[in-house]
Order: sequence, then C-alpha cells, then structure tokens
Amino acid sequence: MITFMSNSDSEEEPCNERTSLMSAESPPVPSYQDGLQASEAGEAQAHRKRRAGSSRGPNNITGGETSGSGVPVRESALENDEEELTLKYGAKHVIMLFVPVTLCMIVVVATIKSVRFYTEKNGQLIYTPFSEDTPSVGQRLLNSVLNTIVMISVIIVMTVFLVLLYKYRCYKFIHGWLILSSLMLLFLFTYIYLGEVLKTYNVAMDYPTLFIVIWNFGAVGMICIHWKGPLQLQQAYLIMISALMALVFIKYLPEWSAWVILGAISIYDLMAVLCPKGPLRMLVETAQERNEPIFPALIYSSAMMWTVGMAKPDTAARGPSQQTWDAAEHGREHLRSPSHAESQMSETRSPVPTRPITSLEELEEEERGVKLGLGDFIFYSVLVGKAAATASGDWNTTLACFVAILIGLCLTLLLLAVFKKALPALPISITFGLIFYFSTDNLVRPFMDTLASHQLYI
Amino acid sequence: PAFGLFIFTIARDPLRIIILIAGAFFWLVSLLLSSLIWFIAVKASNPQDERLQKGLLIFGVMFSVLLQEAFRFLYYKLLRKAIEGLVALSEDGCSPISIQQMAYVAGVGFGLMSGAFSMINLLADALGPGTVGIHGDSQLYFLTSAFMTMVLIFLHTFWGILFFHGCEHQRWWEVAAVIIMHLTVSGLSFCNPLYVGSLVPSYLLMAAAAAWAYLLSGGSAQNLRRFLLCKC
Repeated sequence: MITFMSNSDSEEEPCNERTSLMSAESPPVPSYQDGLQASEAGEAQAHRKRRAGSSRGPNNITGGETSGSGVPVRESALENDEEELTLKYGAKHVIMLFVPVTLCMIVVVATIKSVRFYTEKNGQLIYTPFSEDTPSVGQRLLNSVLNTIVMISVIIVMTVFLVLLYKYRCYKFIHGWLILSSLMLLFLFTYIYLGEVLKTYNVAMDYPTLFIVIWNFGAVGMICIHWKGPLQLQQAYLIMISALMALVFIKYLPEWSAWVILGAISIYDLMAVLCPKGPLRMLVETAQERNEPIFPALIYSSAMMWTVGMAKPDTAARGPSQQTWDAAEHGREHLRSPSHAESQMSETRSPVPTRPITSLEELEEEERGVKLGLGDFIFYSVLVGKAAATASGDWNTTLACFVAILIGLCLTLLLLAVFKKALPALPISITFGLIFYFSTDNLVRPFMDTLASHQLYI
Repeated sequence: PAFGLFIFTIARDPLRIIILIAGAFFWLVSLLLSSLIWFIAVKASNPQDERLQKGLLIFGVMFSVLLQEAFRFLYYKLLRKAIEGLVALSEDGCSPISIQQMAYVAGVGFGLMSGAFSMINLLADALGPGTVGIHGDSQLYFLTSAFMTMVLIFLHTFWGILFFHGCEHQRWWEVAAVIIMHLTVSGLSFCNPLYVGSLVPSYLLMAAAAAWAYLLSGGSAQNLRRFLLCKC
C-alpha cells in the first residue's frame, strides 16, 4: 500500500493528487536457503532490539529486498514467515507513520489558530469556480457539488496524464514537472507563509535576510527531496510542504465544498487504487514491474532505501552481525560509489563466511518501511485544519478528528498487513474524521459546554 | 502529570501507543453516543423548564458513565482477542505485552481523552483576557477544574486496571465496584461549586483505588519500601 501524492504546484498549475497506501516491498523473491532466514531473523532481531530499545523479543523486521534498479539482492524471509513478520512489525510502522502525520497536523492547526491569514476568505481557486455566497441553502449545496465535480475531474485528468507519461517512459517530463512544482511550493508558499507568520507576531525582517533564509530553505529542500539527503531532513521537508499545501487548500476552498471534496476524494481514492483499471493501481504495478522506486517527491517513506545493484545474492557473508544505525550513515557513503562497493563485495565474498562484515551488511540492508503518499498527509491535515478553523467547539472537535484520523490510519495499516498490496489510505480515515467532525460539532459540543458550565464531570 | 505518565511509560513502545489511541477512541465513541442521547432528550423536551433541564443533565451524566464503562468492557474484549493474536504470532509463545500493561494503557487512554475534553477549552480560554468568577461564581474555577481533571485521569487509569483485572478473574464484584465508584465521582461533581464536597472525596476515592490497583498489580508494602529506600 502506498499512498501516492504528487505535489500540486499552485493555484495556477493543475493539482494532481493521488493517494494510496502501500508497503515498500518489491515483489518477494523466493528464498533459497534456510540458513539465510535464520541468520536474517537473528540479525534483524538483534537490529530491531538495538533500534527499538525495547525488550520485546519478537519485534523484528527483516531487512527487505532492495528495490532499486538493480536486481533484488536479499531475501527477506520465507513466504510463510513473511506474514508473521509483517504483522509483528506492524506496530512499529504504525508509529513511524503516526509521528509525521501528527506533526503535520500540529503544524497546520497551530498555524490556523494563530495566523489569521489562512482563515480569511480572499477568493477561490479556479478549480472551484462556483461561489458559495448564495442566499439559499439549496443553491449553496448545488454549487459545492459542482465545485467538487470540477475538482475531481481535474484530479482525474492529471492523474491519468501522469500515469500515461510514466507508462511511456517520459521520465524527463515527469521529473521536470515535479521539480517545477516543488520549486514553486518551496519558494513561493514558504515566502507567503513566512510573511504571514511574521506579520502575526509583529516581527520585522528585512528583505536580504528573508532572501537568504528562503533561498537556503528552498535549495536544501530541493536537494533533499529530489536527490539525496539525510532521511530525517527529507521527512521534515515533506511534512512541511504537505502542511503548506494543506494550508493553501484550507484558505482557498469554500466551506461546504471542502467537506464534499474530502468525501469525494476518498471515494475516488478507493476506486483509483482498487479497480483494475484505476490509474493509481496501474502506476504502482508498473513501478513494481520495472522494479523502480516511485518518485521520491511524491511519497513519504518511513525508512531508508538503498539501491545497490548486486549480481549475486550473498548468503554466507551475511552472518549474524549486528546492524546498527551507524550502518545507515555508513551505507549512504557507500551508496555514492556503488562500483567501488561492488568490487569490495566481490573481494569480501571469499573470506570466511561467518565473519560479520559490516560494510556488506550496510549495502544490502534495506529497511522495509511503509510508504505513505503525500496526498494523504495533505488531506488529513485539511480535515483537521478545517475542523480547527471552522468548528465552534474548537479544540474538542479538532482533538476528536485527530484521534479519528489516527485510528483510521491504524486500521488501514492493519488491512495493509493482511492484504499486502497497495491500498488507499484516505477512505477509512477521512470517513471517520468526517463522522467525528460533524457529530462532535453538533452533538458533543452542547453537551460538553453544558457540563463545563455546571462543572460536572463524567 | 498524566502527560508525564505518557512520556515515561508509554511513548517507548509503539504497541502501547496504539492501544492508547484506541482507548481514547473508544472513550470518544462512548461520549458521542451519550451526547446523542442527551441531545435527543433535550430537543424533545421543554427548553424553558429549568428543573427538567437539570434533571436531564443528571440523567445524561449517569448514562454517559454507564456507557463509558460499557465501552471499557468492549475494549477489554477487543484487547483479549488482540492478545491471542499477538501470542499466536510471536516467536517464543508469549505475548509482547501483558494484559495488565494493556489495562494500564487503556486506562490512561480513557483518562487522557476525558481529561482533554474536560480541560482543553478551559485552557484555551484561560489564555485570553478575563477575570475568573466575575458573575458571582467561584473564583477558584480554574484551579478546581484542573485538580478535578487530574483526579479523574488518574481514576480512569486505576479503574482500567481494576476493571480488566475483574474481568480476567471473573470477579464481577470488582467490576461493579468500579462502576459504582465512577458513578459516585460523577455524582459528587454535582456538588460543585461546593468544592469541599466533590474534590476531597474524589481524592480519597482515588487513593483507595490507587492502593487497590497497586496491590492487584503485584505490589506490596515491602516493594514500596524497597523502592523508596533504594532511591535515597
């Protein structure tokens, strides 16, 4: 299950969002040796223990296969072991996804609550051409539905376009487009955001400083997202651009349209990922067939992935060595010179098989993480942000939506562990979120207000 | 303090975090249903009648308490099933998390959610300008709310442990005791703003529940002494 989300550029450029949730495995290769799994399980277990710092024995994740452009190197586990492992490490992955989603939502809610710019209505996007300032309820409803139809059709068109480009291998075009859109996001939106925040807190900043700050921020962001960079920095940048995008949506989508759009997009997500002809599904399958990672600018990945091409899977040299996180840093350096690494590997293959060779481990290691598309981040944050902005019950509603979304994410990941293929991440969470938003706002709020005014506790 | 509990004991282990969030979710659902009932009752009744409204409120509170306990029971059932699943999956045949830990985490989840819902609007308003109790209400509103919320969070935690323990060992009187305690505490809050009537008994009940939960979890006076003496 991967969630796909391509960053929409701005109001001017078309929004293109697709969401699905997928686990970051390439198609499993049948294992060839028993010793392999035992050693793998052993070292993965040790690795997990070291990393998680918990005393839980069975909590382990085996290093996954490389899903780079090279040949899949390592076997993760036997087929029947794989299911257990998947479910077992499910908890850790859920948390790895909880944290960024929570961070994104916190950023959005904090901004909404403090910066008034994002709650003022200053016009609408061209994607939602119908205004909602109409006098009658029916007219307003009709307008919002029409807005939704326009928006969804735009998204569908863009998605299909992207999938076609991908299928016909117009990689340069896609890359150029993504680079352009992330450029726009990183520079323009950050500029606006920073301007508004400074305005709110009445802090003065001169233009040269502003220029330097934004230039650095944007340049590092471009490098991190599209090229290589430390994983945490890349994650942080992805979270930030998701938050910026969500803020733009919250500002420019009229009220009812926003809710209807959220509902419609989760239905669309469901169909796009699960139907055999759905564009997202085709994208995922094509990417898997070609054994390529999906564009880094579109997905949030919770784990590192090193793509190393190794001709022969190396069984013996794996050994029971510990894989530490230092391996991560070490492995990155190795990544830059894959050819050097390969020669190193072929040399070290001959020595004693059971001798732990850490460099080898690093190169072959790939954390099997879960990937979540950026679109999901954005829409979750839009939901929570809208709840914070427009609900009169304020924090209660926001909190309720937050918990609802997290639970939806949990359930989705559980389904992921069961089904093991790309799943849409939006529907369950958004449904829960919407239900909780409307019910909390209308039902719980009067109850809690009355209780609080009498200071009663339940 | 509840947050401290969270950080020190729960944040390390991802499984506990999930159980916590799920616990909060269950509490939320119970709150939703109870407020739905109350809302319907209010809409169906005469809004002018003060006594009726008060009576309905009391009814709503009691009903909500009962619903919360019902959901705690449902959550317990769910966790039992989950534990069986985890045991089946684990390599060495024992579950990575025991039912007592789950009880504790579930209790904290319930407590955090209930505390959050009780306090957070208050806190947000407290940041703004204003005077407490300007209309003749008690001036200690914020303070007492804070203390009451804290005692409620702790109580939820202990009740979680007691409840699960009662269900585990089929000791239904323990479960009934928890329910009665919950009803009592809620009922005591009706004494507000006569704070003596509500805060003091609540704290006493909390101390009792704490001691009981501690004993149930396997602690004893010797353990306590050893723990304290080792530290100093």
